[in-house]
Amino acid sequence: MELSINGRSVTVTATDDTPLLWVLRDHLGMTGTKYGCGMALCGACTVHVDGQAVRSCVLTISSVAGKKITTIEGVGESAQGKALQEAWQALNVPQCGYCQAGQIMSAAALLAATPAPTDADIDAAMSGNICRCGTYPRIRAAVKQAARQGTPA
Amino acid sequence: MNARIEPQLPADPSRREFLAHLRSLGALVLVATVPAVLKAEDAPKYGADGMPHGWRDDPLAFIAIADDGTVTILVHRSEMGQGVRTGMPMIVADEMEADWGRVRVQQAPADEEKYGNQDTDGSRSTRHFVDPMRRCGAAARTMLEQAAAASWGVAVGEVKAVNHEVVHERSGRKLGFGALARRAAKLRVPPRESVRLKSPAQFRIIGRDNIRLLDGLDIATGKAQYGIDPWFEGMLYAVIARSPVLGGRVNHFDAAEARKVPGVVEVMEMPAPVAAAQFHPLAGVAVIASDTWAAMKGRNALRISWDDGEHGVYDSETYRAELERAARNPGQVVREAGDFDGAIGKAVRKVEAEYYLPHIAHATMEPPAAVARIVDGRCEVWAPTQAPQVTREDVAKHLGLKFEQVTVHVTLLGGGFGRKSKPDFATEAALLSQKMGGRPVKVTWTRDDDLHHDFFHTVSVERLQAGLDASGKVSAWLHRSVAPTIISIFAPDPRHEAPFELGMGLVNLPYDIPNLRIENPEAIAHTRIGWFRSVSNVPHAFAVQSFVAELAAAAGRDHRDFLLDLIGAPRMIDPTSQHDGWNHGESPQRYPVNTGRLRNVIETVCREAEWGRGMPKGSGLGLAAHYSFLSYVAVVAEVSVNDKGYLQIPRVDVAFDCGPRVNPDRVRSQLEGAVVMGVSLATLGEITFKKGRSQQDNFHQYRVTRMDTAPRDIRVHLVPATDWSVPLGGVGEPGIPPVAPAICNAIFAATGRRIRRLPIREQAAGT
Repeated sequence: MELSINGRSVTVTATDDTPLLWVLRDHLGMTGTKYGCGMALCGACTVHVDGQAVRSCVLTISSVAGKKITTIEGVGESAQGKALQEAWQALNVPQCGYCQAGQIMSAAALLAATPAPTDADIDAAMSGNICRCGTYPRIRAAVKQAARQGTPA
Repeated sequence: MNARIEPQLPADPSRREFLAHLRSLGALVLVATVPAVLKAEDAPKYGADGMPHGWRDDPLAFIAIADDGTVTILVHRSEMGQGVRTGMPMIVADEMEADWGRVRVQQAPADEEKYGNQDTDGSRSTRHFVDPMRRCGAAARTMLEQAAAASWGVAVGEVKAVNHEVVHERSGRKLGFGALARRAAKLRVPPRESVRLKSPAQFRIIGRDNIRLLDGLDIATGKAQYGIDPWFEGMLYAVIARSPVLGGRVNHFDAAEARKVPGVVEVMEMPAPVAAAQFHPLAGVAVIASDTWAAMKGRNALRISWDDGEHGVYDSETYRAELERAARNPGQVVREAGDFDGAIGKAVRKVEAEYYLPHIAHATMEPPAAVARIVDGRCEVWAPTQAPQVTREDVAKHLGLKFEQVTVHVTLLGGGFGRKSKPDFATEAALLSQKMGGRPVKVTWTRDDDLHHDFFHTVSVERLQAGLDASGKVSAWLHRSVAPTIISIFAPDPRHEAPFELGMGLVNLPYDIPNLRIENPEAIAHTRIGWFRSVSNVPHAFAVQSFVAELAAAAGRDHRDFLLDLIGAPRMIDPTSQHDGWNHGESPQRYPVNTGRLRNVIETVCREAEWGRGMPKGSGLGLAAHYSFLSYVAVVAEVSVNDKGYLQIPRVDVAFDCGPRVNPDRVRSQLEGAVVMGVSLATLGEITFKKGRSQQDNFHQYRVTRMDTAPRDIRVHLVPATDWSVPLGGVGEPGIPPVAPAICNAIFAATGRRIRRLPIREQAAGT
């Protein structure tokens, strides 16, 4: 099957019902996208499909063939992704860091659609991503910081 | 009257393994009574000295300098979000006068002989290693200075290391660390007592508040490597169906359907542990496949009949009633002072309350996972382990290999919180690799595996009774704590909390109460009990801090004033005088309980949170304070409960005193995280059991705090601390215990409703 991931075309051999998460991680060795729950409950596996934030643990590869997939390894190519990755470092957002790839992917989709999000926008976009270390206040601050950078002065 | 303190350990002293594990917790064998004659070698060892393999400070083990001057610092403790992979290098780099921008970090493999103790738990890493790492850096600086002096033919006293180079001021000559590295590395490491440490005023990196995490870029770009991430061509992927009940076994299983799943390579039974659970893998059936998805599908297709064993009866509602019965009857006395019975009889007002805290699960975002392979009889393991040495020992033992034949690479941990101190998952990976001829095998625990087979936080009933005298002062205090003990994973059928559990806010109550008795009735464990961040401090602090608020209300007094009076005058308390023979493994002389510092964090947080400010209807402030892991914490939570009973926690203030701080940003982040995790366990966290089985499968049933319900405004107030003669306190854990009682006390202020059972869930609404 042909998949388009981070602008590259890749061929994978896996059963049609295999979730994209496991194709990325096990077949392609792209381990930046994380497993957390397998039921779209925690957001650790968030990637973009045609620009939308989706949970790759419940998305079969047959459903994404021919669509544009972006992962944490590629999101830095976009202005939002790059600004978020920089804000994440500047504010020392991560603790253990495991959920942060998914957090950044959700945040990048938010900023692409809503360049200047309110707190309510952030809650709505980010509450599907669990962080057990409790970095939520810094995630919120980093999203706002990245949004400010994306706003022309 | 003397307290009757029974030894908490099994009578059989030959259980060296059990004792070794206990020592690895810092739970020094206790110890209520000191033997009359102490031999020198029996003298108690404290701090890092008391840990297996103690500490090391050899710069040749921890520091490498490349020709281009890049300084690589090995970190031997595990990174699980507390920031140790940035903090430890800060200490070493500062003392060696390295330029922080040219410092890299590298993770040490499991090798305590070389690096000293590696157990990353007990909020100990920085506190135990700040001094050895300072000496390590200072010794490296000395060697670089010696190398420069020798190459110039001048006295070493004439040269000085300054920001990544050694300078000879008189001649103006300079040599960079890179140019000096090879020569310095050939020198003898200077004797420890000759090494000159910086004065704290000379620190350039320690204490700096703007240090970026060394792993920040890798984390933000998806390159960071966790235990679930190692990837090899041809690697096999395993998931395991484990006994749903502690001590259960596989009766028989049918793998015919599982083997038909495309990608499934092998199905095999996992051996059952022979005795105590320890950190052994659980009995079960493993499915090995060409990817994780196929392994998961294969597991779903297994048909297994389990023999549940004796714990198949475990039901958390029935068990709660058992704990309540135990708490309503006298139990083993673990501390006594004055005459409680006499004083309670004379009290003008009596208050009683009973609190319940359920099991909770760690639910690290990275579930347990590990990779192993065996090449030429040598086993390599990649694991997100808090206990590298124990992991190596356990893998060697289970595989029948020598310790030297096992290498454990410690990856980043996607959350630890105590779960990953138990390396059962790494042993599983190694066993399966061995069965598959040494091929690399990754074991992944699914989320339901994690929530079904955790080493759960204990469940407890805490019953308190107190009497107030005519002046409104607490004259009598009785606390009965009933909870299954962590010792139950090491020894058959222990019934009482261990010294290290009793010393977590139960016996070491730093209050000025003349008549007090603390009891610990029996409880039996029916599931694996393990350390959860802050451990027994969580139930003890919840009960005590809730109860103090209830007493203040009964006395008609302001909670803050009442609490300060209960603590009494600023003074030093010898922990042994409170029958705390553990004291977090630290010397009672070096680490007395300082009630002045406890008072100070309470006063600080109340000032910063504007305690006493007017609150709108349905809103309230709640206070709690707790001393644990040698640090002092006070919390004020602000809550609102609307007319539908919906609880919000808009703001939490925390005041914290852990003594001097290496990396203040990571201290703050640990406290921010502790508030969120505290909110989560207070409002939502609960694992229940029926027929011996954990009833929560995933995050829809084991709910945790998310962005929309986390406090938006968390204000951390670090008490000024520049005196480096004050020994360091812990940071990772002590923020948790006061959060839940502060929230519940705030709900009382807002609604008049007392919450005595966690989680709060809909109780704020009074239903």
